[in-house]
Amino acid sequence: MSMSRRTAAWGRILALLLCAGWLAPAGSQEARIQLGTPIDEDQLSGFDLIAAPDGSGMPPGAGTARQGRSVYELNCLRCHAVNGEGVSGNTVIAGGDMRSEELPLRTVGSYWPHASTLFDFIRRAMPADAPKTLSDDEVYQVTAYVLFLNGIVGEDESINSETLTAIAMPNGDGFVDHSHLH
Amino acid sequence: MKELQWEKAAGNGLLNRRHLLQLGLTGLGAAGASAAFGQDAGAILQIPEWSRMPGANASAYGERSRYAGDLQRMAGTPDPIYPGGGSSRTPLQFLQGTITPNALHFERHHAGIPDIDPAGHTLVINGLVRQPLAFSYENLLKYPMVSRINFLECSGNSGALLRGGNADGTAQSLHGLLSCAEWTGVPLSTLLDEAGVSPEARWVAAVGADAASMGRSVPIEKALDDVLVALYQNGEPIRPGQGYPVRLFCPGWEGNISVKWLTQLKLMREPAQFRDETSKYTDTMPDRSSLQFTFPMGVKSLITSPSGRMNLPRPGIYQVTGVAWSGHGAIRRVEVSADGGATWAEAEMQAEPGDKALARFTIPWEWSGGPAVLQSRAADSAGNVQPVRDEVLAARGTISFYHNNCIQSWGVDDGGAISNVYV
Repeated sequence: MSMSRRTAAWGRILALLLCAGWLAPAGSQEARIQLGTPIDEDQLSGFDLIAAPDGSGMPPGAGTARQGRSVYELNCLRCHAVNGEGVSGNTVIAGGDMRSEELPLRTVGSYWPHASTLFDFIRRAMPADAPKTLSDDEVYQVTAYVLFLNGIVGEDESINSETLTAIAMPNGDGFVDHSHLH
Repeated sequence: MKELQWEKAAGNGLLNRRHLLQLGLTGLGAAGASAAFGQDAGAILQIPEWSRMPGANASAYGERSRYAGDLQRMAGTPDPIYPGGGSSRTPLQFLQGTITPNALHFERHHAGIPDIDPAGHTLVINGLVRQPLAFSYENLLKYPMVSRINFLECSGNSGALLRGGNADGTAQSLHGLLSCAEWTGVPLSTLLDEAGVSPEARWVAAVGADAASMGRSVPIEKALDDVLVALYQNGEPIRPGQGYPVRLFCPGWEGNISVKWLTQLKLMREPAQFRDETSKYTDTMPDRSSLQFTFPMGVKSLITSPSGRMNLPRPGIYQVTGVAWSGHGAIRRVEVSADGGATWAEAEMQAEPGDKALARFTIPWEWSGGPAVLQSRAADSAGNVQPVRDEVLAARGTISFYHNNCIQSWGVDDGGAISNVYV
């Protein structure tokens, strides 16, 4: 094969590759599939349930433990019992001491590092047989009640997005972020 | 069987793994079946009856042979106060190779398996992005996909063995929260690029569409590395128990973070601190501090045959086989001991081990009829070596039970009965 014929052959291959889009210039957007539908955050007010320690995602509303007692008795007591002592290992939500000599009982009060997690979890997952049936005010109320059962807030303290995220949990400094090892 | 000179590789009967290449060894799985040949070397062979009549027609959906055994997952008893919560375990001791059939892949659910119509399912990306986006299932299927063979292990797998006590179980009951499949889907980085990740975003909070809206936070480095928005498992659409129509898949990491029924990905500066990354899936150390965000599953291996509650019918040659895996990379070496860790022999890998995938090892062993303790010890491409149980206990105590990757010991008594032992 002569040099010119070889060059021509390579030229044809290059042209084919360009047509197929395999050698599109770097940064080219044409070949990229983009099928996500643009939405606004306000379309997600009833969908995005993430309530974070910085208060982001916490809805308006408020409640006290005194208000939460009846919500708790109606929706939570069957599994978590009168004082949060539970009916089995996974349902104990009050008491415990991380410093105890024996196997420490790990509950909301003794173990959970963030108060926001309580609101977040109750709103998305509780009560287990009918999740997402409580109103935001009821979630604040029952969150206050569980914190009250753990001696963390008073019975008439108003719990809202600001007061909840300001709470320092008893085991708040008990965790070590292991993610740097990934 | 002909008298042969076996080359010993370690104490108490472990043989050179290369003998496997020279001899067809019968494993324990065949020991219960009546062999047509091998029991009686003088038998006159006949054409069997199934070779004398037409067989069944082709079928729409295949089933295992009725002679192949009743392979089942082991599911826990439903708990009325924890509706839909629980797990089912893979029958590791009856499987070979490295791919888990989809119907036998382990499950762990926190509020049951939702019955999702993909036409009504949406995957949202929001938070710290240039443009929040919503994806339909139909549109996700149109993206270029990649496939990866990866293990999935619940971080609570093997946990009962750390606390000791009565753990008289099988490979399935003790270690069955482990499976391996080919996962196919859209790289998460593709979808995140489309939404435009803000520079201050450090974590991706992933949420499922189950009744618990189960959530976990994934560091952005992992999200942009090898995480899949997975749509297919071993070639078919992901089954409901694995997250149909779409799940997150984080190769090598504790199973719970591969959020099933994926419906939301929110870019955040800090972790969302969900229940399942604070109260659960965290490890309290002897000093009462607790490790959070322990993601890669440690290098680990397990002899699946012979294993707990099996019986060796008679002294002789057995094929010891098992699986090894690591969340830190590929398996480099597996050693086996028959004397409780006093001496070790290197096992043969049945195929080239893949990255963050199950690897199958095998080695021949001549059981003398006396007591033995079978163990396997894996090493990975990152230089990690599987620890013994006492090392794990010394480092971590017994308050927590997640992330146990210690060496499993199977005791063989002089009657051939096999059970979990602590050595």
